[in-house]
Amino acid sequence: MSAPPVEIQGLTVRYGERPALTGVNWTAAPGLTAILGPNGAGKSTLLKAALGLIPAAEGQVRFFGLPLEQARPRLAYLPQRASVDWDFPASALDVVAMARLPRTRWFGRLPRAEREAARAALAAVGMADFADRQIGRLSGGQQQRVFLARALAQEADLFLMDEPLAAVDVVTEQTILAVLHGLVRAGKSVLMVHHDLSLVQAHFDQVLILAGRVVGAGPVAEAFTEPAIARAFGGLPGRTPTEAAA
Amino acid sequence: MTDFLRLDFAALLAAMLAGGTCGLLGSFLVLRRESLLGDALSHAVLPGIVVGFALTGLRSAWPMLLGALGAALLATVAITWIRRAARLEAGAATGLVFTGFFALGLVLLEVTGARNADLDIDCVLFGQLETLVWLEAAGLASLLDPAALAGLPRQLGLLAGVALAACLFVAAFWRPLKLLCFDPDFARSLGLRVGRWEILLNLMIAAAAVAAFEAVGSILVIALLVCPAAALRLMTDRYAVQVWGGAALGAGLGAAGVLLAGPLPAALGLDFALSAAGLIGTLAGLTVAVALQRRRRFQAL
Repeated sequence: MSAPPVEIQGLTVRYGERPALTGVNWTAAPGLTAILGPNGAGKSTLLKAALGLIPAAEGQVRFFGLPLEQARPRLAYLPQRASVDWDFPASALDVVAMARLPRTRWFGRLPRAEREAARAALAAVGMADFADRQIGRLSGGQQQRVFLARALAQEADLFLMDEPLAAVDVVTEQTILAVLHGLVRAGKSVLMVHHDLSLVQAHFDQVLILAGRVVGAGPVAEAFTEPAIARAFGGLPGRTPTEAAA
Repeated sequence: MTDFLRLDFAALLAAMLAGGTCGLLGSFLVLRRESLLGDALSHAVLPGIVVGFALTGLRSAWPMLLGALGAALLATVAITWIRRAARLEAGAATGLVFTGFFALGLVLLEVTGARNADLDIDCVLFGQLETLVWLEAAGLASLLDPAALAGLPRQLGLLAGVALAACLFVAAFWRPLKLLCFDPDFARSLGLRVGRWEILLNLMIAAAAVAAFEAVGSILVIALLVCPAAALRLMTDRYAVQVWGGAALGAGLGAAGVLLAGPLPAALGLDFALSAAGLIGTLAGLTVAVALQRRRRFQAL
């Protein structure tokens, strides 16, 4: 049995005095995992702390049994779309090619083979025709697909994605879900911060439900339950799995 | 021709090198939405300049440049530290550090007696382009004559060195710099030491500010760091055009300021010459205004 994609032990993250995540213990199974929870539950924080983008007060995270620095080549990160300036003077291909930086020397031009790999990643999300378009001239869904292509171009074994399905069009949603299932079939794992509870049962293997701490975790059939969702979302009407799936 | 070489050539070269270097590095400030940092760094270097001067007693470029880089390094680290420790937004931490460093520099100026040297306020504000002359020039042949070239103002050596370093830095680290400007979080997730890259970038900007400061003054350094890059930002969607175009526009503004300072008022029938530095600043501002107008018209179509 190989090491799990992610193993989190006693992870606590604070913003100043305010705790964002407290004592998270969680081991991911391979496959497609949805990280669920209300706003401010610490979903993005979990991804960022795991990747060392924000400091953790306590705890440790291992990927495939390795510490972060050694596991880095096997990880891909897809940040929230709103985290960058889309007016930036760069083409879609420029952005995707950024993923290939660790595979090349840092100085000089990007080798042709790397450029072609970036182009292939764009094609995989249906964006081949937009390679040379400035990213500000793409729709929100297309921008999200450019970010997905950049993550794909990292050729990782574990993908950490922060809300790639937030506010996207139907074509983009279908494309992204198809790509995710393709990754899982190829033996990859995906951790995805996610909002739309109606998609969970049909598309995900596991859930991790957060509300500042772990409220529920496990295979969808066992852990994606009404009481767990109610605990996380404070029993908001219309947000329970049965109603969402109906 | 000899008159031009003797009186205007050194100033022209200095203005173009200063404008080009600041215009080149300014794009990284504007793209990272940190334009204030150029202002901050060009002020925060003062205590380092004074210490460099006080320790060596020389008004030579290199000790002052080293002192300035030391101060810029400290300022960058202090900004990062205050942001984290006090949980302030970048602008607030930057403002805090640069006023503090500048104040410290002023105190050091008094304490070390450097103030009595010849740091004159007009020179600090507007630079001394007009004083850059090349009296050894005796014609075009002087351009190839080592003895005559040695008579060029010493500021040119520093400006040329920093310009070359900035060009090499940008060309060599083209891709990491682009990633750093666009998406620092993603860069960090790839394992880039983002903090170290930021310090390196800030040191380059501080070096450019110090080298350009003597020639064109402190206000114009800030204008040259921000205006060409901001104008290009309004004119292009391509990264390479943004970065190298900023350098070209900065150098062009520097040249235009020096070359037009005399003839422009004369053409208008006026009986005085303009300050070259002042004209560069005015042209830089006008360029941004024109770029904005063009952009508006383009978007209205």
